[in-house]
Amino acid sequence: MNGVAARLEVRGLVKRFGGLVAVNDIGFDIRPGEILGLIGPNGSGKSTVMKLIMGIERPDAGVVRLDGVDVAGWPPYRIARSGVGIVFQHSRPLHRQTVLENIKLALLPDSLLRLVAAPGVDERAREIADLVGLGAVMHRHPSTLPFADLRRMEMGKAIARDPKVVLIDEPFAGLTGGEMGAFSDLIRALRDQGRAVLLVDHNVKSVAALVDRVLAMYLGEYVADGTAEEVMRDETVRRVYLGGKIEAVERRGEAPSAKPVLLSVDAVSVFYDKAQALDGVSIDVHEGEFVSIVGLNGAGKTTLFNAISGLVPSTGTIRFGERALRGMTPGAIARSGVVQCPETRELFGDMSVRENLDLGGQHLPADARARQLAWLFELFPILDARQRQIAKTLSGGEQQMLAIARALMMQPKLLILDEPTLGLAPVILEQLSKALERLRATTPITVLLGEQNVTFALPHADRVYLLEHARIAWEGEPARFAAEMGDGYL
Amino acid sequence: MIRLLRSRLVLIGTLIVFVAAFLPLWLSAYMLGVLTVAYYFGVFSMSWDLLFGFAGEVNFGPTFLIGLGAYTAAILNNQFNLPIPLCVVAGALAALIGGLLLAMPALRLRGPYFGLVTLVAVLLLQNAIVIFAGITGGEIGMTVPNVLSIDPRVNYWYALTFMVLSAVILFGLSRSAIGLILQASGQDAVEAAALGFNVTKHKLAAFSISAIFSGLAGALLILYMGTASVGTVIDIAIGVQIIIAAVLGGRRTILGGALGAIFLICASELLRPLGQMNTFVVSAVALAVILFFPDGLLGQLLRAGERE
Repeated sequence: MNGVAARLEVRGLVKRFGGLVAVNDIGFDIRPGEILGLIGPNGSGKSTVMKLIMGIERPDAGVVRLDGVDVAGWPPYRIARSGVGIVFQHSRPLHRQTVLENIKLALLPDSLLRLVAAPGVDERAREIADLVGLGAVMHRHPSTLPFADLRRMEMGKAIARDPKVVLIDEPFAGLTGGEMGAFSDLIRALRDQGRAVLLVDHNVKSVAALVDRVLAMYLGEYVADGTAEEVMRDETVRRVYLGGKIEAVERRGEAPSAKPVLLSVDAVSVFYDKAQALDGVSIDVHEGEFVSIVGLNGAGKTTLFNAISGLVPSTGTIRFGERALRGMTPGAIARSGVVQCPETRELFGDMSVRENLDLGGQHLPADARARQLAWLFELFPILDARQRQIAKTLSGGEQQMLAIARALMMQPKLLILDEPTLGLAPVILEQLSKALERLRATTPITVLLGEQNVTFALPHADRVYLLEHARIAWEGEPARFAAEMGDGYL
Repeated sequence: MIRLLRSRLVLIGTLIVFVAAFLPLWLSAYMLGVLTVAYYFGVFSMSWDLLFGFAGEVNFGPTFLIGLGAYTAAILNNQFNLPIPLCVVAGALAALIGGLLLAMPALRLRGPYFGLVTLVAVLLLQNAIVIFAGITGGEIGMTVPNVLSIDPRVNYWYALTFMVLSAVILFGLSRSAIGLILQASGQDAVEAAALGFNVTKHKLAAFSISAIFSGLAGALLILYMGTASVGTVIDIAIGVQIIIAAVLGGRRTILGGALGAIFLICASELLRPLGQMNTFVVSAVALAVILFFPDGLLGQLLRAGERE
């Protein structure tokens, strides 16, 4: 392969969003007929890199060369016309048109004068529909198709532009095993036609069989590159995903598993449109217990929490204490004591730290609120010092602590923490970990923690569930996790 | 099925137009007058739907474009006594130029801001007309000395012909390759751009077409009525009526706009005996349709066809 000129050349790409450096000095080459996997956990900047190449975001610095021409900073339609195609993970197809018409759209010229499609367009659209396996359903409307077929249609639209470079966002998200195989074949066909392919995904495992090379990112920075095996073996990559050496802390005192069950989730499934995000998941959380759900991004952790909080419709039963949660509004569920601290934090960015906390404690009487506030400031001393600061100007770690503190202001019986380590630097994790430790030691609170970072999730946990591809794959004590699952996790 | 439905749509449309063309033989001059106004409003609504239903941009100020067309024609006719065809063309041009001046900066804005800019534009135009009362007649309005015709039947036929021509052009455009690109731009601008389409260019084109037809209809309307006033062609309430008519008839159908406008205007005329209650009842019906049939009257029919 060496010696062949790179089709896509990316050098020193930088993108800042306000103070946050989302992408910092990222560079790589993709040659014709090569597949590069760009991997990194949520918030690592990999999707931003894809948007920078497509021109959807403008890079602050760097070069994106397509066959030697620098296209960085061009509007997306010009970049598309010079030969870059993209397959979005979620798209909004034209619902009033058939599959065939949706593909035809991609074949139309960008002209205001062409009212009627060129004569060859219809035939070409049919060929493409056959090529991506939609021949039998080309006259149906997108809304009647299963999720996998919608992704095929997106693929067909990308192919229709005959791109030199194809960017594919999370190629296998929401697909079942068999569909993944068929989709892999389509991607391999793109490579065999001599196109340069960039696959963007959460982890190496899912794309390992397909890619020629992998580049791993974390917090906007380059971490490692090489073959899939090399990257999986890389120490830094393992630290990023697993968080380093796994160790479990022994729980002192009475085992909570002897106490009554507080939350019981039984055979819960969730579908997003046609994509299955949760498949018959059952878990139990006892009173006063600290349960960690570990799993890579996209495994279904957030979906599980949203199902519990009533934010997404689900099948199966969820019981909290004595009551079934079915039919209750998210607000009523939160008032009954299940408080979720979401992955996205959802702080009121334009309000001060104190105002955010006061809002969390809105329903408390004044003296109880004051007591709760004093206790929280003890738990998170940094928030005490920053009471007047505007929430969105806090650092990532401080924002996370504020989000947790605000959730605690609601005096939850069950606190759900969704990926609190998302996008945080290791030194912050230490502080967060200590705060959780103090929380567990000083209160009888029940915690359900969702994490990708196993090192962060295990030390506090009484019990661990491993969520993989929308299913519970393993359940047990943290000490056994390292021994039984440590290696197979990535 | 769709193709069949569409050809049926064309057949039904032709039939309706045929019947409408012979209505002057039966209807009173008064009813003809109501329908004439309704037909011009139909064009307002159809051109609004091209922008909202297809390009996905909510124009809260359709009367900005209409008013530009109407007042340009009125001023040219009143002050300079120019012939009618020239007034009409000038009105359409004024709406196009004013619309472009407004849309070029406004389309850079995202989300609700485009809508707000168009809303503010209406208020600006309204104020400008009041301030320059010397030329525009201000709040009282101005008379237009040369009208299209004094025969209600001729006026009716003018309006019908104009609406049918507009409908054919706008509907045809919406079903053309450009209509497809416009819909894609409206639904997912990022994806449309990633497919190589210059989204701004297409939206600007949609705005221009919408402006031309709004301006034409505005000019013709005042040349029919013989007066131009803020209350009849510019007021925000008129804009709201146009929007309601388009949504009522069915978003993304074009023809639904005409249907909705005719329904709205005829209903409020027929219910005039109710006095104060009239507007209330019409609004309540419109609200009910929007709440329970968000696809509108025509949209509901088309969707039923799609499911088969």
